[in-house]
Amino acid sequence: MSQPVASEVAVVVSGVHKVFNVDSADEVTALSDIDLTIGAGEFVSLIGPSGCGKSTLLRLIGDLLTPSVGEVTVFGKPAHAARLDQDYGMVFQHAGLFDWRRVAANIELPLELRGWSRVDRAARSAEMLELVRLPEFGGHYPRQLSGGMQQRVSIARALSFQPKLLLMDEPFGALDEMTREHMQLELLRIWRETGTTVVFVTHSVSESTFLSSRVVVLSARPGRIHSIVDVDLGDRTDDTREDPAFFAKATEVREALRGRGGAR
Amino acid sequence: MRGGRTLRVVVTTAVALLLVVILWEGYKWMGGQTDDQWPGTSIGLPTTTDDLTMPHATDIVGELFEEVRDGRARLPLYLFLLKKGWYTFQEAAIGFTFGLAIGMGLAILMLRWRVVERGLLPWINVSQTVPLIALAPIIVTWGRLHDLPDIFSISLIATYLTFFPVAVSALRGLQSPDAAHLELMRSYAAPWRTTLFKLRLPAARAYLFPALKLAATLSVVGAIVGEISIGTKTGLGRAILEYAQRYAVSPERLYAAVLGAAVLGLSVFGLISLAERLVMKRAEGTQHADEVVA
Repeated sequence: MSQPVASEVAVVVSGVHKVFNVDSADEVTALSDIDLTIGAGEFVSLIGPSGCGKSTLLRLIGDLLTPSVGEVTVFGKPAHAARLDQDYGMVFQHAGLFDWRRVAANIELPLELRGWSRVDRAARSAEMLELVRLPEFGGHYPRQLSGGMQQRVSIARALSFQPKLLLMDEPFGALDEMTREHMQLELLRIWRETGTTVVFVTHSVSESTFLSSRVVVLSARPGRIHSIVDVDLGDRTDDTREDPAFFAKATEVREALRGRGGAR
Repeated sequence: MRGGRTLRVVVTTAVALLLVVILWEGYKWMGGQTDDQWPGTSIGLPTTTDDLTMPHATDIVGELFEEVRDGRARLPLYLFLLKKGWYTFQEAAIGFTFGLAIGMGLAILMLRWRVVERGLLPWINVSQTVPLIALAPIIVTWGRLHDLPDIFSISLIATYLTFFPVAVSALRGLQSPDAAHLELMRSYAAPWRTTLFKLRLPAARAYLFPALKLAATLSVVGAIVGEISIGTKTGLGRAILEYAQRYAVSPERLYAAVLGAAVLGLSVFGLISLAERLVMKRAEGTQHADEVVA
């Protein structure tokens, strides 16, 4: 797995605080003192207990939320500009497909909004369906697909305009174990094939360890970066899950989650 | 598959109709036997069952084929009702169209500006507490003052009943997309209007159609009430009013006219259901592919 390439930086979060409901009785500090640099082509997981602000951090990178203090840059520009330029694709826990659109039309939605021609859209969605290995399902409606298949479509939609950054918010959280492990391998394959930078929110220790080149461990209330665990396990296969080196790394992440291990 | 479905609807409808006739005639027969009392008691039945109050079902149906006068012409009652019903249908359709436009417009305004929702929604609710029968003469008087044709005033009354379910359900439907869908559109930097057309309006359809069915039948009610309060010379409402005055002579005729109104209501309901099937069919996925490996 590639280490961050120093020359190209995808995301820089510097000195970020995020406070919700400012100046009201239920004011809550979701994130505090966040500094994080993600290199282009990296696969970085954000993990932490619920309420640690990992999804909030993801949304700050995507400019779906604005930091109270500090700033976020994506590919060298402010997160807001990056969103307007549609520099990233987003995948949510629930596929969030539009029921009334066929699978291909769902994948083409972002292209449609960018004013692509019908022919170009069809060509790209066919390509994307190949990428997520659902080539024969373009004419189906989302409800005709299983949860795992819907999530593949959602990934295809996020990648359809070839963004250099993919933001994923617990995308496999609603899937069963078997499907989930299968999807993890598929995601790694897609990541290798496309060279996209991935920021991946999860609350699963094994998932984060298995997928990432780096795991960012957050602690709760207020959300802070407790530590960052480098994971170098080479190319992952199903065998990696039973590799002692994998267990050792998972243990390191788990220890960090429990608040032990070297705080940065 | 489709044919089987149609057949089932026809059979169900026929059985339901037959059941109504059996109940009607059974109740009437029972009243005749017990002198309009519950069997074995001296408690009176809620309605008397003589031929004036409850004509035989066969007489009501038979009445449909009696000749009536329409201006100079003479024609069977069912044709006469069909003609009047067509007129009423037009009023209802105009009222429905306006109601749909106004309801959708209000819903989009309320969606766009929270302030509008808070300010307007209570008034929209209050509007429906005003009795139609009190409102109708005001609308008519106002319409005549401005030299508007009566058909316009009648349609307006239908509109008044129609816009409400449309506005309320459309607003709910437009607000139905969940946070992830809205965040997705935001991540595409989609402007408000794009989100409206690509996400909110398509999502609202599932909420809108049940309300449209209600609104369609209400538009018929509005048109008939409008006709009666305006005193137009035509339409189903006029026929009902006329036959009500001659009830003592031929009660069957009023029942037949009411039957005609019911058929009109059912027809518009059916029309909307048909439109729903045309618009929504594509989105309905019934076949699941869970067995396919994810």
